[in-house]
Amino acid sequence: MSEHEYTPKSKAGKWFNDRLPLLTLGAHLTDYPTPKNLNYWWTFGGILTFCLITQIVTGIVLAMHYVAHADLAFASVEHIMRDVNYGWLIRYIHSNGASMFFLAVYIHIFRSLFYGSYKSPREVIWIIGLMIYLLMMAAAFMGYVLPWGQMSFWGATVITNLFSAIPLVGDSITTWLWGAYSVDNPTLNRFFSLHYLIPFLILGLVVLHIWALHVPGNNNPVGIDIKKPSKDTVPFHPYITIKDAFALLVFMIIFAGFVFFTPNVLGHSDNYIPANPLVTPAHIVPEWYLLPFYAILRSVPDKLGGVILMFSAIFILFVLPWLDTSKVRSAVFRPIYRQFFWILVIDVLMLGYVGAMPAEGIYLVLARVGTIYYFLHFIVVMPVVGYLEKTDPIPMSISEPVLTGGAEPSLARKANDKV
Amino acid sequence: MIKSNIKLLVLSFLLLISLRPLQSAEMVEPIKVDWSFKGLTGTFDRAALQRGFQVYKEVCASCHSMQYLSYRNLGEPGGPEFSEQEVKAIAASFEIEDGPDSQGEMFTRPGKPSDKFKSPYPNVQAATAANGGAYPPDMSVLVKARKGGANYIYSVLVGYEDPPPGVTLDDGVYYNKYMTGNKIKMPNNLMDGLVEYADGTESTVDQMAKDVTTFLAWAAEPELEERHRTGVKVIIYLVLLTILVYLSMKKIWSRIDSEV
Repeated sequence: MSEHEYTPKSKAGKWFNDRLPLLTLGAHLTDYPTPKNLNYWWTFGGILTFCLITQIVTGIVLAMHYVAHADLAFASVEHIMRDVNYGWLIRYIHSNGASMFFLAVYIHIFRSLFYGSYKSPREVIWIIGLMIYLLMMAAAFMGYVLPWGQMSFWGATVITNLFSAIPLVGDSITTWLWGAYSVDNPTLNRFFSLHYLIPFLILGLVVLHIWALHVPGNNNPVGIDIKKPSKDTVPFHPYITIKDAFALLVFMIIFAGFVFFTPNVLGHSDNYIPANPLVTPAHIVPEWYLLPFYAILRSVPDKLGGVILMFSAIFILFVLPWLDTSKVRSAVFRPIYRQFFWILVIDVLMLGYVGAMPAEGIYLVLARVGTIYYFLHFIVVMPVVGYLEKTDPIPMSISEPVLTGGAEPSLARKANDKV
Repeated sequence: MIKSNIKLLVLSFLLLISLRPLQSAEMVEPIKVDWSFKGLTGTFDRAALQRGFQVYKEVCASCHSMQYLSYRNLGEPGGPEFSEQEVKAIAASFEIEDGPDSQGEMFTRPGKPSDKFKSPYPNVQAATAANGGAYPPDMSVLVKARKGGANYIYSVLVGYEDPPPGVTLDDGVYYNKYMTGNKIKMPNNLMDGLVEYADGTESTVDQMAKDVTTFLAWAAEPELEERHRTGVKVIIYLVLLTILVYLSMKKIWSRIDSEV
């Protein structure tokens, strides 16, 4: 991968590097040739790494004080909030951190959709990324159960009950997941165990995600293959590290705003009521980042159908690299796809909105329209537009916007300016 | 091109959000109070917290528990900040069950600052049975556990009314303008002059409702003042660091002919 061989200067360094080439790896990461026209949408990879580390560190500290027992969990969270030194800060960072993590991952995913980063030769990066996203959703769901408030309990009940839709063995599977005949103490215990495990699985996949990225190198806003290293690239350090640091700090300001000034605005007030199996909340809603899928689930009158559709909404993304037939990566040069991209963004936002509303009347209609469009986008729009679309002329390189023909010489600059 | 798309996006989202009021038109919005603890630098009114504690102790505490608070919290910074002597006296005024002793017997003793607030009932079932089948919720985090927070709690306390014509109420059920469903099992316990405030403030219903709500807001978020203070410092620090890093970035990228 590294373009030139690295030799440590010191004798000790050379001795060690011959046995475990960590220094070579470090040199590779420092020199890693990166397209120089990456815009700020590309800074979310670094931001996401920060989010993961923050969740792991705060989570480990929380686990030192938390008690995973149905009778004690709620009280132990209040113990953290009141009696543990800076417990309130650690918990609010962790709970808001989950939301910030999803905010960043959604921007990261939509960036990939806009600039065609999932396309050849980066399919494996994309698929590993989706696996990370799936694990993130599992971790977030189980984490939300741990405080054992009303939304924890009833959210867990709704989601685990989805598995009972499976024909024949559904009920047995649900009982097996619960470890009891309803969501109860065994469920809480295993969710805690898995909630602690999953972040480390994610960490492992992140290493693979970055490894896979470093094979072909970064995509870029123009979406063309570039020679590496060349005058189209800059070394990762210091150019990209400083830019990522700047973007991360802006992100941290927003993060801190939530933690210190509105720490509960993204949660549901019902989760400060201790879990009560005898009282069902008026509206059971998941956290905001799962709402689009919740809308898809509820848009189908049949339980099994809803479950299948909800999981399909995620799994269809795994075959996206093969559904997209366009030769051009970046939507900057795809005038038709670009419009459909923004319609998809609006569609997903709308699904998220109706997911928070009661499944009746106009909301149910909107959820159904939104769900149908979501699947149409991937199954019909992506392949068809790829075939029929007349793309704009593409520059030969980032530095020299030499066009393969046609008019607008400003196109390459446009891609550059988009920040 | 991107800009106009984002505008379109924002517009359509605002349109969606604007559908929301149509849906919840029937719910009565709680009264908006200008609490001293609102805003980025909000702090609690010490005197209101002390008065609120008095209302809680003399009125609410006969049915509502506050099991996650300890008497020592009453003397901690950011709270009512009773003096150490006052906290000891408050704690000692409660008989706390302790034990078992060396004979295996439970016994009672005067409370200590480290004790949790004494609950009025031994368990949820007893509390429910004694209150006509409605459990008086624990008030430790009540303000965080209700949509509308402090405004909602205050509104319910002052929201008792005669039921409108056509609404019949069962025995032990009261009409409240702000309560979800308008029916509440808690009677209107506040009346003018009910509490004799130690600081001489006139104890109107409105005054007591505001004081006790302030107390409950602190009970739910005892870290609020420290959180606000720390938050302001953290954000100032981050903004300064961001500016420095931004300037460094500009400098580093000026080595090559590329925009950042």
